[in-house]
Amino acid sequence: MADEAPFQLLHSELIHYIYQSEHGADTDNARNITKLEAMGFRVGQGLMERLTKDTARFKDELDVMKFICKDFWTCVFKKQIDNLRTNHQGIYVLQDNKFRLLGSLSAGKQYLEHAPKFLAFSCGLVRGALCSLGVRSIVTAEAAVMPACKFQVMIQKS
Amino acid sequence: MQKQVDRNKSNKEIQTLSNSELFTLTYGALVTQLCKDYENDEEVNKQLDKMGYNIGVRLIEDFLARSTIGRCQDFRETADVIAKVAFKMYLGITPSVTNWSPAGDEFSLILENNPLVDFVELPDNHSTLIYSNLLCGVLRGALEMVQMAVDVKFVQDTLRGDNVTEIRMKFIKRIEENLPFALHRIC
Repeated sequence: MADEAPFQLLHSELIHYIYQSEHGADTDNARNITKLEAMGFRVGQGLMERLTKDTARFKDELDVMKFICKDFWTCVFKKQIDNLRTNHQGIYVLQDNKFRLLGSLSAGKQYLEHAPKFLAFSCGLVRGALCSLGVRSIVTAEAAVMPACKFQVMIQKS
Repeated sequence: MQKQVDRNKSNKEIQTLSNSELFTLTYGALVTQLCKDYENDEEVNKQLDKMGYNIGVRLIEDFLARSTIGRCQDFRETADVIAKVAFKMYLGITPSVTNWSPAGDEFSLILENNPLVDFVELPDNHSTLIYSNLLCGVLRGALEMVQMAVDVKFVQDTLRGDNVTEIRMKFIKRIEENLPFALHRIC
């Protein structure tokens, strides 16, 4: 049931709204990105709470990241992360070769400048998900050739 | 090791479960943002309807492609398709179709449970907010794309203390397609 089309359409309406609304009249890109990110954060937090309800306790940070790459990603984006790399000092790079929310944009470089707004919500999702597992982080994303993209997670040590 | 197995076993469950939750939570985040942005509930309702409309006009394409539903004979058949196929496909629920008007141009969809409001409680100061108004827009937009102008509104909402959620749909008219006129060569 609940197929993925409604979510994708809702997501693009979300972006459309944030960028069009007269309240966001400050056509300030950074501010709009922040808004989208904040919405994603809340969603990620709630989702993770529901997802991990019956799972075993995580061993360490890496275990948490693996859960994000496998279970969380499958649940939200219908596939696993293709590649996870880390420098073992708190930086993780998650690569998705065919990111679902970029699927509606034409592949290649033509609309590359629009990629950030399609990634902001997802950055928030990841940050929110990590946060509800007690890991504070900064998440950024970049797309070099769509629909592939990379999320960089920087763990914040308190 | 045992724990690992458990975790994998529950994966499938997890996926189907949170598929709709992702939508529900995202929708919640959207309504929250709208409530922050607009002063009164009326404006929020209007905005939700508008966004729903935009979704509807696109969703119908996905719907027609996925389901193998052809042309409906009458409005009654349309009502059935909406309730039994469309709602089932996208929200996982099957509302009942009732309260037909004598003329057969108006009916109600009764939703026993509305997945959009799964985690929602309305605060007191938003008593006129129609939380799920997006649905009205979606239905209106989708039907418009198949040449039907309809009026859709919520008449009952569990969030506002009613027992069930009721969406009232009224057929207004068939939209005639304005085909670009063709010029024929006479001589």
